[in-house]
Amino acid sequence: MRRTNWLAALLIAPLMLLILGSFLLPVGFALFTAVADREVAETLPRTRAALVAWDGQGLPPEAAFAAMAQELGQALEDRRIGDMAQRLNFERTGMRGLLLRTARAANRLSAPYATSMVTLDARWGAPETWLLVQRAGGPVTPLYLLRAMDLQRAAGGGIEAVAADEALYRMLFWRTLGISLVVTALCVILAYPVAYTIARLRAPWSSIALTLVLIPFWSSVLVRSTAWFVLLQREGPVNQAMMALGLTEVPVQIVGTRIAVVVALVHVLLPFAVLPMHSVMKRLDQTYLRAAASLGANGFQRFFRVWLPMSLPGVLAGGAMVFLLAVGMYTAPALVGGDRDQMVAWFIAYFMNREVNWGMAAALSAYLLAMTGAAIGLARVLTSGIATSGGRA
Amino acid sequence: MREGPIARLLLRLATVLVLAFLLAPMVAVVLLSFSPTELLALPPRGFSLRWYGEFLESSRWLLAMKNSFIVAGATTMVATVLGTMAALGLQLGRFRGKAVLVTILTLPMVTPYIVTAAAMFFAYSLVGLTGSLAGLVLAHTVVAVPFVVVSVLATLQTFDTTLLRAAASLGASPATAFLRVVVPNIWPGIAAGAIFAFATSLDEFVITLFMAGPGQFTLPRQMYASVREFLSPTILAAATMLFLCSLGFLLVSEAIRLRAERRGRA
Repeated sequence: MRRTNWLAALLIAPLMLLILGSFLLPVGFALFTAVADREVAETLPRTRAALVAWDGQGLPPEAAFAAMAQELGQALEDRRIGDMAQRLNFERTGMRGLLLRTARAANRLSAPYATSMVTLDARWGAPETWLLVQRAGGPVTPLYLLRAMDLQRAAGGGIEAVAADEALYRMLFWRTLGISLVVTALCVILAYPVAYTIARLRAPWSSIALTLVLIPFWSSVLVRSTAWFVLLQREGPVNQAMMALGLTEVPVQIVGTRIAVVVALVHVLLPFAVLPMHSVMKRLDQTYLRAAASLGANGFQRFFRVWLPMSLPGVLAGGAMVFLLAVGMYTAPALVGGDRDQMVAWFIAYFMNREVNWGMAAALSAYLLAMTGAAIGLARVLTSGIATSGGRA
Repeated sequence: MREGPIARLLLRLATVLVLAFLLAPMVAVVLLSFSPTELLALPPRGFSLRWYGEFLESSRWLLAMKNSFIVAGATTMVATVLGTMAALGLQLGRFRGKAVLVTILTLPMVTPYIVTAAAMFFAYSLVGLTGSLAGLVLAHTVVAVPFVVVSVLATLQTFDTTLLRAAASLGASPATAFLRVVVPNIWPGIAAGAIFAFATSLDEFVITLFMAGPGQFTLPRQMYASVREFLSPTILAAATMLFLCSLGFLLVSEAIRLRAERRGRA
């Protein structure tokens, strides 16, 4: 027995190591990145040390000014000032300009630095500037997690909402949630009759219909999104058909609208709703239906009181799967959606590739993970609820 | 037990409409890829292989295809070997927390690809694995391997372990027993997992977008870049070929499933 367990461990270990090193640790590292604050500590270590003891009243000691001037000049020379400037600029717009300006003037500054730096730029005479640097000393910050919820630290401590014209992310999460729920509802509604019909069809037809569902399931999401991109073009087939039917006089712009996103997402995710429903319905014991009929139930009662409750686990599994995939979907919305109407996944990619702001990408990823985790948890609770109530009935 | 005739008609009609919605885009792409002009209008005015010619003459598309098949092939090999081993271990072992292990090993299936991609990019760039095909294979393996584990585990559940004892009593070494008793019994699960791993890697786009280097275009990445640049029917030729690949995977995996089912019944 013990030898078997050793063998088992040996067999599992390589994959476990791969998943650990290439998935669990990276995801853990990403979650840490959402709260990590390392730029100031790396670029301005002496300034940070000089600010540690500062109580935040008035201005910091001369040592902090001197360290700031020297370290900024050095960082500019070594070309490693960018990350830190971006980090501070993200928390307060304008900081990048101040830091670069001071760094460029560093060799013209002289002791006492507290005087010469304030002469260079009055912002160095404001305690808020120094408080900002002090707070960014790390090692952790709630900055990104707060900002991803349109919140920020208030000047006097505490938490406040960001200015209305900068608020963006709460709306983004509501939009993502809304689109995902609409897509999930549509998928469940469209999938149910299909799964029902396939489960009730006779031998060759049920396999044929199921294969027709499996064809899109197996094809690439990108291929299918591209297909919708082509179909929904201004001169594309859908516009042609609508004009031929007299629904519209001139071609309508569909690509880039939310309708296009919902259509493409429903198309991509529909098989994920049909398949779990079908596998539950296929195994349903049809004698219950006959029993209900023999007890005088009509068609409606048979469906709503017998079939529907028995098939609910499939509906839940399918719905949860669709929601889970919709919330995190990047490809389809990125291709057919508009830049102003994107979902969370698009913003993660945006912060990774264009802004190169890992903190925000990681914070949005953390919330996205929380959303999918909540969806899985809810589905589990509901499924076990159905199972127990079914057992009692 | 039957529905009323009207209900039945409505149900069938709904089913036909939904199936048509599911298949129409694929049919449209295939038809449009044979269009003789750049005009993307249906029905196509004629038939030509012009865009397939363009595809085969374009070094960008050919390189993308080559990269795709290298990565998918390597991913399939690594994922199938590691996944099958792990599934065997999970079936053999008699220890607590097996369910937790299975959950951990299949976590990449339920994690949004964009989160996996971002996390891997952070971590891989620390160790210099971004921008290499090897890194891409590693990343694809992580998202492809759960399908192998699940698929092999499912067939192992129906495997009769007394066969192993029988083999041992007849003097077979563990290795021989594995190759001549276990593999012939669970190959449908291994093959199905391998095909799904290949298809997953071939279709994977989000992780590739982050991890691949500037020159390392795969078919999906090249397709995405081309759609954003200029919508030429060459993209549809590429899409049609990818679609036919998926169709092939589906048919093979269904054939394997049917064979396994027939064996199971026999």
